[in-house]
Amino acid sequence: MSLIEVKNLQKIYEDDVETPALNGVSFKVEKGEFIAIMGPSGSGKSTLLNILGFLDKPTKGDYLFENKSMNEYTNDELAQIRNKKMGFIFQSFNLLPRTNVFENVKLPLVYSGIEDNLWDEMVNKAIDAVGLSHRTVFESTKLSGGEKQRVAIARALILKPDVIFADEPTGNLDSKSGQKIMEIIQRLNEEYGHTIILITHETYTAEHAQRIIKIIDGAIESDVKVEHQHHATDHFEK
Amino acid sequence: MIFKYNLKTALRGLEANKSRSSLTILGIVIGITAIMMVMSLGEGAQNLILSQIQTIGSKTIAILPGRQPKGIMDSLGTMFGDSLKERDVEALKKKSNVPNLAKIMPLVFGSASATYQNESYRLTIFGVDDLVVKIYDLEIENGDFFTGEDVKGRADVVVIGSKVKEELFGSSEAIGQKIKSKGRSLRVVGVLKKKGSGSMVNFDDAVFIPYSTAQQYLFGIKYYHRIIVEADSENNVSRTVEDIKITLRNMHNITDPEKDDFYIETQEGMMSMVSTVTSALTLFLAAVAAISLLVGGVGIMNIMLVSVTERTREIGLRKAIGATEKNILTQFLLEAVLLTATGGFIGIVLGASLSFLTSLVLSKYANLEWVFVFPVLAAFLGLGVSAAVGLVFGLYPARKAAQKNPIEALRYE
Repeated sequence: MSLIEVKNLQKIYEDDVETPALNGVSFKVEKGEFIAIMGPSGSGKSTLLNILGFLDKPTKGDYLFENKSMNEYTNDELAQIRNKKMGFIFQSFNLLPRTNVFENVKLPLVYSGIEDNLWDEMVNKAIDAVGLSHRTVFESTKLSGGEKQRVAIARALILKPDVIFADEPTGNLDSKSGQKIMEIIQRLNEEYGHTIILITHETYTAEHAQRIIKIIDGAIESDVKVEHQHHATDHFEK
Repeated sequence: MIFKYNLKTALRGLEANKSRSSLTILGIVIGITAIMMVMSLGEGAQNLILSQIQTIGSKTIAILPGRQPKGIMDSLGTMFGDSLKERDVEALKKKSNVPNLAKIMPLVFGSASATYQNESYRLTIFGVDDLVVKIYDLEIENGDFFTGEDVKGRADVVVIGSKVKEELFGSSEAIGQKIKSKGRSLRVVGVLKKKGSGSMVNFDDAVFIPYSTAQQYLFGIKYYHRIIVEADSENNVSRTVEDIKITLRNMHNITDPEKDDFYIETQEGMMSMVSTVTSALTLFLAAVAAISLLVGGVGIMNIMLVSVTERTREIGLRKAIGATEKNILTQFLLEAVLLTATGGFIGIVLGASLSFLTSLVLSKYANLEWVFVFPVLAAFLGLGVSAAVGLVFGLYPARKAAQKNPIEALRYE
């Protein structure tokens, strides 16, 4: 059974004029895969990610998450899945202002229904996993870009989601911090077995994945395995 | 768990925007403060008036001329009404007419100035008989009260209040001296003990002479301004009131109670009337004050809307990581309620303190026996109402927040 299966996804934005963003996209993602979705801006990759992350609904076509169509889930169930089975990493980090690292990473737990006496340990573990233990009580606004993104990653992985969506996670970072982020994301996939769906327009970043889906004008142009997968650690020996 | 977290978040949000939060709740604070003060001072005033009425005595019944006043013209009627005559008193005295009557006394009164040597003083003259001592619990400081014989003989005698004694005689002896009022010379036979305020009538500022003397020589009238009756027991007051009505209607040939040319005041009746009036007044003022709560509520809604817009990205993020619409709704509602409830609490404390200060000032400088009342009901009501204002006016912004589309919210700059 595939973790994710999309069948002929179409998305048309209807503001003043009809703007097709996705035009019949179909593919499957198996558990444990690391997929990069590539494409120039305006190609529809962000729209696709929003649909995959249950943040948006397709105009046509079907999206099966764990073999169940998204139309069969209620809004609250979708929120539950976003909370427990999905993790999100954004280009602009989206950390809460005036809030320290610990509180930011804790956020998904608030909506999880997990007893709050377990929270501290889980949060510290997640912060540890991204190597930010020394920054736990730092206010998020005082961190560097790379550190902010690591906080966001810790927040995304704290509930051990099945799939982590990363939307241009290195887009706002310098190449060194970006490299570090890619290293962490790769490790999440290889060591912890999280399925990763990464959106990027940089070929180099995309080649950290096992498979690249190229999208142009809302349709899949190619869907290929990466022959020579980059390993962030190759270039970043410690 | 979420509730606890939301509460913490809300508190932190309020703290982060201290000046904005405090300005926002100002309307609520003022509203609740005003309500608290109105209720506290209203209740204080009511207690003060009621305690004064109580000095009349619960067995005492006053018969007044004219119709029960329903407006300003009726009140004038009672001042100049001449329907109460000596034969009415005679009729009321009969056991067969009013069996539970214990005491009866005619009363005439008027304002006049009195002089002694070079001193002059404006005072109230009460024309009474010797029963007044028992009915109003008067105490003699010096000399004696005049007797029933003095009343029968229209004697020119006077008993003076403590203030009058002070003003006219200073520290010199008053008994035996003659004071002049309305061209009549009156011999002082007694001086009353100081009674202080706290009763309806200021006895310290009054002089008492036989009613017969007052009617004949001072006021030149043949009727009474009041007839004061005392029932033999508190339980018989209402029966006595009915007996008096029947007797007087018979005397005045009145068949239709609507056309009564007299009316009756009892302690109980006056107390219930005063309670009704002050309660209505208090409620009215509180309602006016409540309008500021409404205005405050609009302010809350306004600021909450700003807050929701400001935090669009936060809302988008929370939804992306699993917050349901209900979660977001409760978060923002809680914030609004916390805001207004804080305002309410401050208003209660402020209102109580200001009322307390006012009561201090009133009792010290206005010489009133004013007792501070903490309006428990108003406090609970205030807290409840302010929370409700937050709930009502917070709902719209909170719904807006909950219904935000997470994608657009995340993209919001």
